Amino acid sequence: MEKFTPFESWVAVLPVDNIDTDQIIPARFLKTVSKEGLGDQLFYDWRYDADGNPRPDFVLNRPPGNRAQVLLAGDNFGCGSSREHAPWALIQFGFKAVISTSFADIFKGNALKNGLLPIVIPPEAHARLLRMLEADPLGTVRVDLASQTLTLPDGTEVSFPVDPFARTCMLEGIDELGFLLKHEAEIAAWEQSHPAPVNTLSVNLDEN
Amino acid sequence: MPQPRTIIQKLWDSHVVCQPEGAPALLYIDLHLVHEVTSPQAFDGLRRRGLKVRRPDKTFGTCDHSTPTTPRELPIMDPVARAQVEQFEKNCREFGIPFFGYRSPRQGIVHVIGPEYGLTQPGMTIVCGDSHTATHGAFGALAFGIGTSQVEHVLATQCLLQSPSKSFAVRVDGHLRPGVTAKDIILALIAKIGVGGGTGCVFEYLGPAIRALSMEERMTVCNMSIEGGARAGLIAPDDTTFQFLHGRPFAPKGEAWDRAVERWKTLPTDEGATYDREVSIDAGALEPMITWGTNPGLGIPITAPVPDPSEAADPVERETRRKALAYMGLEPGKPLTGHPVNVVFIGSCTNSRMTDLRAAASLLKGRKVSPNVRVLVVPGSQQIKRQAEAEGLDRIFREAGAEWREAGCSMCIAMNGDQLAPGEYAVSTSNRNFEGRQGKGGRTFLASPLTAAASAITGVVTDPRTLLA
Repeated sequence: MEKFTPFESWVAVLPVDNIDTDQIIPARFLKTVSKEGLGDQLFYDWRYDADGNPRPDFVLNRPPGNRAQVLLAGDNFGCGSSREHAPWALIQFGFKAVISTSFADIFKGNALKNGLLPIVIPPEAHARLLRMLEADPLGTVRVDLASQTLTLPDGTEVSFPVDPFARTCMLEGIDELGFLLKHEAEIAAWEQSHPAPVNTLSVNLDEN
Repeated sequence: MPQPRTIIQKLWDSHVVCQPEGAPALLYIDLHLVHEVTSPQAFDGLRRRGLKVRRPDKTFGTCDHSTPTTPRELPIMDPVARAQVEQFEKNCREFGIPFFGYRSPRQGIVHVIGPEYGLTQPGMTIVCGDSHTATHGAFGALAFGIGTSQVEHVLATQCLLQSPSKSFAVRVDGHLRPGVTAKDIILALIAKIGVGGGTGCVFEYLGPAIRALSMEERMTVCNMSIEGGARAGLIAPDDTTFQFLHGRPFAPKGEAWDRAVERWKTLPTDEGATYDREVSIDAGALEPMITWGTNPGLGIPITAPVPDPSEAADPVERETRRKALAYMGLEPGKPLTGHPVNVVFIGSCTNSRMTDLRAAASLLKGRKVSPNVRVLVVPGSQQIKRQAEAEGLDRIFREAGAEWREAGCSMCIAMNGDQLAPGEYAVSTSNRNFEGRQGKGGRTFLASPLTAAASAITGVVTDPRTLLA
């Protein structure tokens, strides 16, 4: 994972509550066995018409949304399925952060593990940012993870919470699996003192 | 005296391997279930790092999501789906993971086969790259969905980095009236608290109406915990749980069984333990529920009118509801009953078990489905399919004019060719009514198997109580 550094960006505004992962990337695109090519399928059914042509009025099909690195969404972003294809698609499109008033648990975890920053701000600040971007769609925000601040287009700062461990991992480019693997001794010791409740290899039900 | 603890706390405490400084805890996973859609990139990750699956003996696979429900002697026609299923089987073989492949006589939906073979047991931690993993919580397990990165973490280390969730008691008092089911309990809960209502929480379902449910019905309730925003939902084990598990292939045997039951009996929440949040529902006041919108929280009693968006207090919520009504092509102010239906889907990890099929068959027996409606009945597993056929349910469905198909996720996620056409309406026993979930442009009314079967017969959304003898 690359180190997460401060950046300034335009904002793609999609102020819909409860945007589920089926909208972020429809299930029919999950038959892939790779992570590649998902950016083109991001918000596919909102972004393209029945013939596969881009809908000109959709936020990601016109400037500045098509070049934004920050998505401003409604409450409870990323609800629904656990598909990590959702953050993969957002990242491949070019997003580095999503701003909302809350995120679904699984999406939030998946996003952080891939270097996509979920920024939770209070409803009042969210409404303010929305108004500023309605007045000036080319307004920019600045995201600084180290200080946990989001700078709005008018220069005011809003602080946001981040799990401290996820923050460290993102800032330093640490990968969680590497961290877990360093605890092999503790895991092995735990297994010694805790008999397995089930052994999936103990019954041969089937010849595959 | 030790501090009284909830079952949620007990499950957490008993699985913490260690608590590194400045990091979440390492939580040990007793059972990891894998399927074809969310695992291939994780196996690739292992290969890239030169890692093995640490505990294949705590891992089990089945294919379900992109798996067709057409006769098994046919190949998988969609080349992309076929490649995914083949890659899954190859990955399981390469890493030594036991699995039910496409042609296995035991293949089924991952959340159906775990309980069916006794892999799912009280007191365990269970994960799967699927948000409906909470289903296994019905047995008093801490079970939750994970993303593909975490699938790789568990394959490699059998652990996850986790922070504890808040506890959320869902008390369901009273008793369900005829025609009202477990599905209606969970749809009513989600309608009450909203799709984000349980974010950051684990639900514990409590109360006499929960105790009265069979294991299959409990699975229906726990299954949709994620639709209320909770990553996990569980029910403390009791005699109903033990009776269900006894004798299943992976359940403990002999003295080990007795010891296990003694251990499981210590799991329920201690007297005096407190929860971070609580909500109550009166089961006796519930009616059959149905959703009208594009998230599972937009549900109403089947006799109630579709709410007017302008009545919502919050402006964004108002807009969300307007958008949902526009997508659904509905008008507020009148009930959904009588609304034409194109497809009825009876299946999914929510409602594809024997009790669900029996409930649907009880209404379809001796009746015909409406000629305007395509009805798909998709058993949750090959084992359920065999049992249903032994009971003659397949004949009831076929004679009524419904399709009796092979096991899989099918039209719940519409990855396998089973899908709605744009604009079509479905009454579906599945768990999600998101835009396009059952096929691009398709429109979903979520409901119980009874409501689905009643609507199949009449061709319009129907209160099942009008057809009950």
